[in-house]
Amino acid sequence: MTRSFKIAFKIAIILIAALAAVLIASIILWMIGADVGATFYTICIVPLTNSLHLTEVLIRAIPLCIIALGITVAYRSGIINIGAEGQMAMGILAFTGVALAFPSVPRPLLLPLALIAAVIGGGIWGFIPGILKAKLNVSELLSTVMLNYIAAQFYSLCLRTIYLDPAEQGLGAAGTPQSMRLTDNVWIGRISGRLHYGLIIALVLAFLIFFLMWKTTIGFRMRAAGAEARAARYGGINVAFYVALAMVISGAFSGLAGGIEIAGVHRRAIEGVTNNYGFSGVVVALFGGLHPFGIVPASFFFGLLIYGATLAPSRVGVPANIVQVMQGVIIIVIVTAQMVLSNTYFQDRLWRRISHRMKKEA
Amino acid sequence: MEGKITELRMEHITKRFPGVLASDDISISVGEGEVLALVGENGAGKTTLMNILMGLYQPDEGRILINGSEVRFRGPEDAFNAGLGMVHQQYMLVQNMTVTENIALGYKKAWQPFRLSLSDVRRRVVEISERYSLSVNPDAYIWQLSVGEQQRVELVKTLCLGARFLILDEPTSALTPQETDELIALLKNMTSELSIIFISHKLQEVKALSNKVSILRHGKVVFSGNTDEHSSQDIAAMMTGHSIELPKNVDKTEPGNVVLSIKDLCVMSDRKTLALNHLSLDIREGEIVGLAGVSGNGQRELSEAINGLRHVESGSISFFGKEIANFTPRQVIDEGMGYIPEERNTEGIVPSFSIRENFVLKDVAERQFSDKAIVKKKALDEYAETLVKDFDVRCPGINTAAGSLSGGNIQKVILAREIERKPRFLIAVYPTRGLDLGAVEFIHQQLLAIRREGIGVLLISEELDEIMDLSDRIAVIYKGSIQKVLEHDEATRARLGVLMAGVSE
Repeated sequence: MTRSFKIAFKIAIILIAALAAVLIASIILWMIGADVGATFYTICIVPLTNSLHLTEVLIRAIPLCIIALGITVAYRSGIINIGAEGQMAMGILAFTGVALAFPSVPRPLLLPLALIAAVIGGGIWGFIPGILKAKLNVSELLSTVMLNYIAAQFYSLCLRTIYLDPAEQGLGAAGTPQSMRLTDNVWIGRISGRLHYGLIIALVLAFLIFFLMWKTTIGFRMRAAGAEARAARYGGINVAFYVALAMVISGAFSGLAGGIEIAGVHRRAIEGVTNNYGFSGVVVALFGGLHPFGIVPASFFFGLLIYGATLAPSRVGVPANIVQVMQGVIIIVIVTAQMVLSNTYFQDRLWRRISHRMKKEA
Repeated sequence: MEGKITELRMEHITKRFPGVLASDDISISVGEGEVLALVGENGAGKTTLMNILMGLYQPDEGRILINGSEVRFRGPEDAFNAGLGMVHQQYMLVQNMTVTENIALGYKKAWQPFRLSLSDVRRRVVEISERYSLSVNPDAYIWQLSVGEQQRVELVKTLCLGARFLILDEPTSALTPQETDELIALLKNMTSELSIIFISHKLQEVKALSNKVSILRHGKVVFSGNTDEHSSQDIAAMMTGHSIELPKNVDKTEPGNVVLSIKDLCVMSDRKTLALNHLSLDIREGEIVGLAGVSGNGQRELSEAINGLRHVESGSISFFGKEIANFTPRQVIDEGMGYIPEERNTEGIVPSFSIRENFVLKDVAERQFSDKAIVKKKALDEYAETLVKDFDVRCPGINTAAGSLSGGNIQKVILAREIERKPRFLIAVYPTRGLDLGAVEFIHQQLLAIRREGIGVLLISEELDEIMDLSDRIAVIYKGSIQKVLEHDEATRARLGVLMAGVSE
């Protein structure tokens, strides 16, 4: 098989996949009577056209990236964390709690303290399913999802009671459950527009995770435990410990993502602020090939889609729900294309068929 | 039943996999009442060829003819309908169902809408087992049966489904010598009604059972002929392409100190039954003790208990005078225990890890390979390059995923890791299971070499030849206890076979 054939094969598959995704999405848009071309333009191109849009894309990419990094650690260690949504909520609660309790502590102390609280909040929420899996083999799919519910309700409860903004108290059910605006001692500074320095934190964390997982003995053991737990155990690796540790790290990252989101963007805890980032983070992690260097671009791409969805209703009158349907289609098609790309058997067969035909013609 | 299969031919079969020519223009034929032995080393393409015959793979070129007319099998269903039946190496039986229920699974004639007539199936089972004198109890649960009995169930199942042509993939690999003899007698008896292809690399059986033999090497038929015109040695030489004389343990040494002493060891199996029942065994430095026995008599549990992978209920394991029962696996490793586990793909290596990473699976935290938790890439690379060369691991490079290597090369990776860590003792469980002669030779040489260095070895194996070739002493395990320990010179195949079957002398 020649090198040029391999490259051509890859390009062809990617083009076919992109075409298929566009085609299916177009059919959906056509069925609801939308302007197909304008919708695509709004979702995929407009967000890249000026710096304000671009910063909004990046704002959404930051939590996605940090959560996906944490999920990667868990996934690589053999435990599937779909509880990032709840871990993020717990991180936000811890962050807000510290900020509300010590408003007068100076910033160089309070911001790190609040972020550490967020890390601990998420970490504990990750530790619970981790230790249950390690010691009692409780399915993490069950425990993380259930803990999501608990966290969501607890979050709601706190925002309506102890964290509730005094200004909202008189409004009763009419107001938005949210905390008061946090002291600027826990704010993260902004680069441009709403874009904050969390971007730098996310990029540094991506490098740190790469280093941890691929350059240290801890990462070596976590990956061994995840890749083949039996062999790892036979090789003297304490699999239960590393599974629990991976879940703590994973939860801590989700919690930190929550803390940074509040410190950088909203500056108060608001209902619904987790914005499904915890679930999108799973997709970003898988889409990025469970590797930090893939996750960074993947989170940008998903930030683009999420932001594009918010533009569509006002600009071309396509409901955001339909945009989410399109996103689903695009993701499934791309993941399928990735599988085809990795199928060397298929590639080999195609090569033989083509070379056979070329010989015949010659 | 439809007519007999009087002739089956596979002509010019070619099958390619990415980068491999698995079958290269292979032609074989089997006539009425004949037994064809398909022999060859691992990776020679025997199983691929049979999978093509059973419709599991489609050949890229070539055709299959039954009674002179061409057939095309799109899947195993088509092959069944044509009268072909295959007994796989791994038995395809549901453990917690009875014999009758297992056979009913595939016996579509008994399936009516909303009703399954088990009594019909049972009648059929009894009829078939009497006709071919394959004694099975139709109401027994599979888990109650020995391996030999399970194999008879597989045969009855295949015949019940209407097979008029049998394909057997290494049918004797898990049987005791006695069971093997029985099976060969049974199969001979069956040839009055049907033809058989059987895959094997045990030449004694090939000689005992087959009329014709086809030898495969690297996906090609290198020889076809009548079995009785050729000696076992000739066939072996054609199989490997050169003659191989496996090394033997001949140089006698003075027995040293006892280094591993097991006393009254009791261990539970996964099913919470007593897997080791007051087992006692002493092994000295510089000797190889072969543990002979039919698999499933506690071998796995013994090796796991010593290595801290299975809880010890009672009894003691003394290693260089130190009690190691219920140590963690890490602690046992740190005591200097080397271990070649039974399942090389899931216990011996992490398949998706590179060869380089697998070499340091146990030792990545040692100062040689890491500094303050940071892995020294260069040290790993150098170590891996040396080991690949010293142990002749055939691989594209040290970054290749270990799981993509052949069985023999995977075993070399494990052996290299275990020997290079300079163990004080080595436990080798089925170290050559399923490997070809070239790899077996290498592994046997290595085991003998570390014995010469004064290291004790516990060799667990079901191959009597392997045990007799390598061991200084031979212990026979049966139902979780040591039946008897024989000196090498006292042991004969017949005597070991009797002991393995549980008969005390």
